[in-house]
Amino acid sequence: MNRIDHLFDRKKERVLSIYFTAGFPDLEDTLPIMQAIEDAGADIIEVGVPYSDPIADGPTIQESNMIALNNGMSLKKLFDQLKDMRKKVSLPVVLMGYLNPIIQYGMEEFCKKCQELGIDGLIVPDLPMQQYIDEYKEMFDRYGLRNTFLISPQTSEKRIKEIDDYSNGFIYMVSAHAITGAKSGISNEQIAYFERVKSMELKNPRLIGFGISDAETFSTASQYSNGAIIGSAFIKIIKNSKDLKNDIKSYIQSVIK
Amino acid sequence: MIRVDEKGFYGKFGGAYIPEMLHPNIEELRENYEKIIATEDFQKEFRALLKDYVGRPTPLYFASRLSEKHGAKIYLKREDLCHTGAHKVNNTVGQIILAKKLGKKRIIAETGAGQHGVATATVCALMGMECTVYMGALDIQRQRPNVERMKILGAKVVAATSGSQTLKDATNEAMRQWINNPVDTHYIIGSVVGPHPYPEMVARFQSVISEEIKWQLKEKEGTENPDLVIACVGGGSNAAGAFYHYYNTSQVRLVAAEAAGLGVNSGKSAATTALGTPGILHGSKTLLMQTEDGQVVEPHSISAGLDYPGIGPVHAHLFDIGRAEFVAVEDEDAMKAGIELSRLEGIIPAIETAHALHALNMIEYKKDDIIVINLSGRGDKDLDTYIKWGGY
Repeated sequence: MNRIDHLFDRKKERVLSIYFTAGFPDLEDTLPIMQAIEDAGADIIEVGVPYSDPIADGPTIQESNMIALNNGMSLKKLFDQLKDMRKKVSLPVVLMGYLNPIIQYGMEEFCKKCQELGIDGLIVPDLPMQQYIDEYKEMFDRYGLRNTFLISPQTSEKRIKEIDDYSNGFIYMVSAHAITGAKSGISNEQIAYFERVKSMELKNPRLIGFGISDAETFSTASQYSNGAIIGSAFIKIIKNSKDLKNDIKSYIQSVIK
Repeated sequence: MIRVDEKGFYGKFGGAYIPEMLHPNIEELRENYEKIIATEDFQKEFRALLKDYVGRPTPLYFASRLSEKHGAKIYLKREDLCHTGAHKVNNTVGQIILAKKLGKKRIIAETGAGQHGVATATVCALMGMECTVYMGALDIQRQRPNVERMKILGAKVVAATSGSQTLKDATNEAMRQWINNPVDTHYIIGSVVGPHPYPEMVARFQSVISEEIKWQLKEKEGTENPDLVIACVGGGSNAAGAFYHYYNTSQVRLVAAEAAGLGVNSGKSAATTALGTPGILHGSKTLLMQTEDGQVVEPHSISAGLDYPGIGPVHAHLFDIGRAEFVAVEDEDAMKAGIELSRLEGIIPAIETAHALHALNMIEYKKDDIIVINLSGRGDKDLDTYIKWGGY
């Protein structure tokens, strides 16, 4: 069974997904960071594939992408690093990356490799729904990969329903009109949006991301969804860390306490 | 037939590869722009501003000394005489009227050489709209006069400090800001790039260039069709405008001059069709300078307006099917061609435009051929570069 499906079968609340950029802060940190996230008690690991032009990301993730690329990270290198991943990591693993590096690698080859390594799902922020349905859905399904779409406060109800129909795994609710890491705290307007989507009773679990950074924002987001995603705040923790394992542990435990 | 299909593709290139957060904005634009620009109301306002504010029609000037030098009948389409000094204003006038009709309150834009930024700041002043322009930090240095012009016009200029700090990064930053302000803001893209419907919309606003060439040439030469149309291509808006009404007239040769920088194979170039492979940048599938891993390569050109690693999807298509001929012009040759025009015709062209002028030395044509060169902009903004280069 796909590990994402399995997770949401047994856990419906306070699911914590942690995003980080592969090859950051150092090239060979990828797998140790994944292990540390698992050991600290998070539920999903999102591995970011760095890209030169990440248009949905704010300064923190942009910078981590640049550093990772300068360190020599690439999709090929990442797949090398993740070769024996499933001997060490049992959590669901999602790759998050922009479309261009994936199509240069070759979409089918990419999906095949993901299946081989035990990757459970994909988030491709600039892959539009229609293109996914027309060109790639059959392939993702064939290789057992769950595909996560984003929705935002601007997404119409009609489109949210369509996205729900064509998604599997989970839906990524962008918390505000924002790129990653743009805002902190949760406003009343955002809560109205969370409630509106909650009342739609979608078939897919929902995780809220963008602007989640601590125990308070995680708990608030979790009241209106199945849990939340932390990215930029986590990148800041590992950026200056001298002891990745312990810093990751104390940060994640402070969020889920 | 060369035309955009329903999904926004020109052959294999185009589309709208955008984060879901931008979907409502792009949909709003796609659903409304054709309807709005087809109304009499819009056309009346657009045409009146092009005439009385921009100064259209721009002359089609027979350049006799340049013609004598190169051995052909060369006409210059004087877009450099547009208000603000380049063709860019044709598009910003169109988009600002559109933005108003869509009820938007704020305008954002990206700029490379600063011409599009100035043209945007200008129409925002005209319409009383708030304006923020994103510009690469490197471009802010090398196009200082245009930065000052934008500020005088009341626009805020924000430096894009990521990546190569040029046009590509300014475009990334403008897209991010649009994601952050999707409701009240319209993004005026300055070239025929970006997600559908931008490439076609911008081309249509610029198509006034070839619309005028047709009747002006008919008056002067008794034919609407020149033998060649030459234009420079970064993203490709002036070329799209100059080619638009000739796309499907196969006897008119279309020539696009890209920037080869220090040489196509020097590693310091922006010659996209020579070096690019299909990929996705700024929301459309197009030819793109990239590494094997799909990372976008940082381009180089002496002209900020051509310093872009991609090309509009329509041009990728024209290249793909062989409808347009592409030449790659090196920095040095472009500078010489700019000086040559200054000396022969008393017109100092923008360095972008100078690339199109050098194309005359790179292609074959016959002595009695009628050649129209789109003189997309004037060189005032480039005086620093001309002075430093000093080859005169």
